[in-house]
Amino acid sequence: MATENSNIEELVRKEYQHGFVTEIDADTVPPGLNEDVIRLISAKKDEPEWLLEWRLKAYRHWLTMTHPTWAHVQHPPIDYQAISYFSAPKSKKDGPKSLDEVDPKLLETYEKLGIPLHEQKMLAGVAVDAVFDSVSVATTFKEKLAAAGVIFCSFSEAVQNHPELVRQYLGTVVPGADNFFAALNSAVFTDGSFCYIPKNTRCPMELSTYFRINASNTGQFERTLIIADEGSHVSYLEGCTAPQRDENQLHAAVVELVALDNAQIKYSTVQNWYPGDENGVGGIYNFVTKRGDCRGVNSKISWTQVETGSAITWKYPSCLLRGDNSIGEFYSVAVTNGYQQADTGTKMIHLGKNTSSTIISKGISAGHAQNAYRGLVKISRKAENARNYTQCDSLLMGKQCGAHTFPYIESMNPTAQVEHEATTSKIGDDQLFYLRQRGISEEDAVNMIVNGFCKDVFRELPMEFAVEAQKLLGVTLEGAVG
Amino acid sequence: MLNINNLHASIDNKEILKGLNLEVKAGEVHAIMGPNGSGKSTLANVLSGRDGYEVTRGEVRYMDKDLLQLAPEERAREGIFLAFQYPVEIPGVNNVYLLKAALNAVRVHRGEPEMDAVDFLKLVRERIKVVNMSEELLNRSVNEGFSGGEKKRNEIFQMTLLEPKLAILDETDSGLDIDALKVVAEGVNRLRDPDRSIIMITHYQRLLDYIKPDHVHVLSRGRIIKSGGPELALELEEKGYDWVNAEADAA
Repeated sequence: MATENSNIEELVRKEYQHGFVTEIDADTVPPGLNEDVIRLISAKKDEPEWLLEWRLKAYRHWLTMTHPTWAHVQHPPIDYQAISYFSAPKSKKDGPKSLDEVDPKLLETYEKLGIPLHEQKMLAGVAVDAVFDSVSVATTFKEKLAAAGVIFCSFSEAVQNHPELVRQYLGTVVPGADNFFAALNSAVFTDGSFCYIPKNTRCPMELSTYFRINASNTGQFERTLIIADEGSHVSYLEGCTAPQRDENQLHAAVVELVALDNAQIKYSTVQNWYPGDENGVGGIYNFVTKRGDCRGVNSKISWTQVETGSAITWKYPSCLLRGDNSIGEFYSVAVTNGYQQADTGTKMIHLGKNTSSTIISKGISAGHAQNAYRGLVKISRKAENARNYTQCDSLLMGKQCGAHTFPYIESMNPTAQVEHEATTSKIGDDQLFYLRQRGISEEDAVNMIVNGFCKDVFRELPMEFAVEAQKLLGVTLEGAVG
Repeated sequence: MLNINNLHASIDNKEILKGLNLEVKAGEVHAIMGPNGSGKSTLANVLSGRDGYEVTRGEVRYMDKDLLQLAPEERAREGIFLAFQYPVEIPGVNNVYLLKAALNAVRVHRGEPEMDAVDFLKLVRERIKVVNMSEELLNRSVNEGFSGGEKKRNEIFQMTLLEPKLAILDETDSGLDIDALKVVAEGVNRLRDPDRSIIMITHYQRLLDYIKPDHVHVLSRGRIIKSGGPELALELEEKGYDWVNAEADAA
């Protein structure tokens, strides 16, 4: 039909709602990267010598690496010398001891983002470790967690207070030289979250971190390390937004998860970084390395991600299924609109016996966006009876967007069972009309269809975040049909 | 209720409706019959506001409103219901969830409060019996994996629940076995009401054995070429559409 395509294309327009800038004096290191900058970062953070050495080693390796080009994304070359590698709100020097000491403007920013810390304190057990630029500014619920023996703090604090744990696990899942962006992160990471769940402990609440890039021209390189000791359980949520700017900003984070015997980690992400404007100007380059190591027997790591933001997303939350009977899961919704590009997926590396993995990926493309699923399922020689189930579904809205699927399967063990299903569909005008004929507005109809498409993933999210994810999807695709 | 005056409509610049006139009064049941390609479904689509159709001439008044100015969802909220010839599947969207959203959209439009979950489910349980549909289908995704008959029943079930003022049934009888046809017809008959009008679009007169229309119209080549009572449908069944076409050509 003649008018159907233009209608769908219009549905996709919606301004970024978190595009405000908070004016706070920041302690920013001049742009540029060299060993002195790394020494400076390390010194500012009062780090032990071994950590500085670890950074420098990663940096020296990074110098020998080249920017990867295999992803299905396009962007101009990044000038790593034009980025400032450290920015901390100034008043933070001594660190606030409670929310009262936190810059009110900062708290206002969080309010705008819809994460009022005061309110969250009262809400059903969500502890928030808020990362503002590079320094963690407020950590709530620490005491309750401490009573359970759970350590949940900023990475910097962990380096000071639990250096033995950091040293034991840092870089054991994502080594300093793992890939170009992980190496860069290892050299210059400034903060992030650290979490340790002791043996046989079920973390008494959902842990949550909100990251926000604020200062202009600063890359954010946070590093998260979560260790679930034997028999422990933890659920962790990370949410991200960034202000609106014309220039591109680099976000190269690393997340490492370690699950020991019988431990379970559930890691959920709602990513809503600034995607750039409708012409594709600005936006975050989200080049992230996330990997979980099911190191122990019967361990389980589950990744759930809802990716709606960023100009470019390059991220493959993966599982190393080392322990026998370990389980890896990846549930993903990636929405791209405007000129956004996403190349995302997962790697499931089966090493132990009777390991199993599940991959459910839902990609939604609208506008001029490109959305790729890239996944690797690898069954090693010793991984007897490994199983994988993969399902990749793509939903297209309009004519100018693209969906791509790059599934790789490497099986070196004949007992493996690997299943792969993929579908691509267009959001149908028939579906839209059907719902509208039942009295439902066009936008609600699109939301309904898209949420239905993503249902398998949303139900993996912790309840309170599933609602947020649905809203975010609505906001991202609002105006896509007119 | 509905007044269609000299309606011309085209799709992809091809004129399908060529001056169609029809008046439907409150409480009446009209059957519109015609050969394939005569414009029956186009009429249903234009009345319900589907994209892609261009009205080039004429007007449609519905309850003293200019119907063609309203968006599809506004028409639905004003009481127009289309029972689809091919109900679409919407994966992941719960059937009951859609129904509740639809019902509340109409209620809000009328300035009534939204119905809460308890009252809604009570209503659903009561109305689903009318169409003899399994409750199990309620919690499935909309039309997903439904048989052809189940889809049509689901349409009538929705209609029963939404209680439209003007119901348009687009080939609701097609693909139904005789038992399903009876159930569907019973659902429609129960909705007959002095304040409600029904337009049944059908190729065969079979449906009219179970739903007695007040008026029967023959649509051919984009126009209504003959109107009459229920006896016209029988005559058509016997003599075929060529007979009215020939008669129209002669006139």
